Amino acid sequence: MNTIKITAAAATFALAGTAAFAQTEITWWHAMGGNLGETVNKIAEGFNASQDEYKITPIFKGSYEETLTSGIAAFRAGEQPNIMQVFDAGSATVIGAQGATVPVQDLLSENGVDFDINDYIPGVRYFYADNQGKMIGMPFNSSSPVMYYNADALAAAGVEVPTTYEEFEEIAPKLKEAGYIPLVQTHLPWEFVENFHSRHNLPFATNANGYDGAEGTQILVNSDEMKMHFTKVKEWLDEGYFGFFGTGWDDNQAQFEAGKAAMYIGSSGDFGGLSTKGMSFEWGSSYLPYWASITEEGYQTFIGGASLFAMAGKSAEENKATAEFFRYLTSPEVQYMWHRETGYVPVTTAAYELAKADGHYDRFPAAETGPKQLMLAAGDNTRGYRMGFYVQIRDVENRELSRVLSGETTVEDALATIEKEGNELLARFAKTQG
Amino acid sequence: MKRAGFASRWLPILLLVPQLSIILVFFYWPAAYAVKSSFYLQDPFGFGQTFVGLENYASLSKSAEYFKVTNFTVIFTVLVTFFSLALALLLAVKADKVIRGARTYRTLLMWVYAVAPPVAGFMGLLLFNQRWGPLTEFFGSLGWDFNLRADYFDTAFAMVVVSVWKQVPVNFIFFLSGLQSIPKSVREAALIDNRSASGRFWDVTFPLLAPTGFFLLIINITYALFDTFGVIDTLVQGEPGNNPMTLVYKVYVDGFRGNDLGGSSAQSVVLMVLVLALTVFQFRMVEKRIHYT
Repeated sequence: MNTIKITAAAATFALAGTAAFAQTEITWWHAMGGNLGETVNKIAEGFNASQDEYKITPIFKGSYEETLTSGIAAFRAGEQPNIMQVFDAGSATVIGAQGATVPVQDLLSENGVDFDINDYIPGVRYFYADNQGKMIGMPFNSSSPVMYYNADALAAAGVEVPTTYEEFEEIAPKLKEAGYIPLVQTHLPWEFVENFHSRHNLPFATNANGYDGAEGTQILVNSDEMKMHFTKVKEWLDEGYFGFFGTGWDDNQAQFEAGKAAMYIGSSGDFGGLSTKGMSFEWGSSYLPYWASITEEGYQTFIGGASLFAMAGKSAEENKATAEFFRYLTSPEVQYMWHRETGYVPVTTAAYELAKADGHYDRFPAAETGPKQLMLAAGDNTRGYRMGFYVQIRDVENRELSRVLSGETTVEDALATIEKEGNELLARFAKTQG
Repeated sequence: MKRAGFASRWLPILLLVPQLSIILVFFYWPAAYAVKSSFYLQDPFGFGQTFVGLENYASLSKSAEYFKVTNFTVIFTVLVTFFSLALALLLAVKADKVIRGARTYRTLLMWVYAVAPPVAGFMGLLLFNQRWGPLTEFFGSLGWDFNLRADYFDTAFAMVVVSVWKQVPVNFIFFLSGLQSIPKSVREAALIDNRSASGRFWDVTFPLLAPTGFFLLIINITYALFDTFGVIDTLVQGEPGNNPMTLVYKVYVDGFRGNDLGGSSAQSVVLMVLVLALTVFQFRMVEKRIHYT
């Protein structure tokens, strides 16, 4: 018993010792497990070592959903962290709750950190911004859907990497003949619905894709283009040109890693993980395909992943520390390190240029696809979407589109159901804001 | 018999206070809160809210998906309860007859009890893995293209199998001790009356096991409704997609994942009413036919 007391007392003194410098301490709740979590710790250690006024402590809170839920619970109890990581589909909830966060753009300018939204890569700029284009959340782990290919499989079939779905249709029979599943995807809503609209510059929701406010926003998925796309995907599946292994991401990606699928649509961030798998074939990545029948040139996609929000209700000193941390985080060197270690895209143009100058893309050409795709031509519908209860809308999309592929429903019925249930959820969300 | 009583009126109340306060804080208060929030649609951070009356309940009653989930929950509960009880009873009756190495057999049959539901789910995930799961390969050799998490039926099948496997040992322990508490004299008397083993089982053993069975029935229905959460969560890995789920899992999906506090509160209230009705029904209907010795 005495030993415990002594140890506890010693620990208390040790803690008091570090606090003697009057450092401002801030906390950062995140959802990055495994290797990603280690890189997060590396960033935090780097920041703490770079100066001695502030100290940031990253805390892993589980999955994206768990992090958001614990952040909300903590906020209601007045125990919120300074920085909370929120994933793309949950951002409408956080941004809608004005007063829960300090817009990152205001936070930076109030604390003397230079901010120009044009320093950010085009596809990164506005996803977490408000309808005026003011950045609310700081883009952190950002990725976009791209297509990976097994170069050996393409060579065996004697075909080139397709840039459009029309080209894919031409080469699919040859890939099938060569013994491969020509194509799989990993996330139906993200790759075939959300970014489908951006890639073709099609409106995804009314009210400027939802950015103008939750009131009256309606989802627009029941369109001729979507019907055409999913009718084709179902045809490919029936012909053996497309493989579907459920809504689990890894179940689908595993087919590519095992050398069974010739191409897969995944995240630009998969690049880091794939490099460590020791796959026995040559591989590379290229842009997310588009339909030439819808648009002559493919537009840019937007970012998925998550962003960092500065939570409200913190002291000026702590907010200053958070702003300083964001300054450190967005510096080209840190962004390049994050990009190199994880495969996520760098969020600023300067970091992209640094990676390029350092020869990163000569060594790993597949790493450049994500940033480059985010810099393609922009349109009215390429900045993203802002829809409340989007986690549930994604569930509806996943469910109905899976049912199309399993033959339990038709494309028309599924899209009509998504639109109907999606609009009900959006109307319900609008009432939570009242 | 003389009625025992307390000298003071306050002592019994005082003795009840700890228990009552625990129930109050951890059950009645949250339950009342759930009822209240089921009448609102509110921003999860607590900034805005709209009183919507019964709208959350109305949209549940109109939701085709909610009915589908309810149907699945009923079928799932019936299957899990039935198979967990039947298999455990079979194993208990057989284990009761074993004399040599009885302890080893019993321990082997019991130890799954110690496995936590998420761990059971994870083992199911490995056994039913799409590409290299041994059971997937076995089904494949029978011509069944088993596709966990891509096919609704296959996923449901895996959920039932894993949930049953996890629950059998608990039932087994109870059935075995129930069997062993049947007096030897009764068994020997039955042996004289009836030469058929199955006849003796249904006429004598089974009715004498009824109190144990009834208790286990309630435990198993509760298990299938609520405690299988871990199994389901691990098997669908947080992405329900077109996979089956139970009512409890849907509360989690909409409330914790989706931050729809009003909608998921309404679902929990429905669930509370359901459990209440079930309990009343069970005690009223089933208990009448059971004879406790």
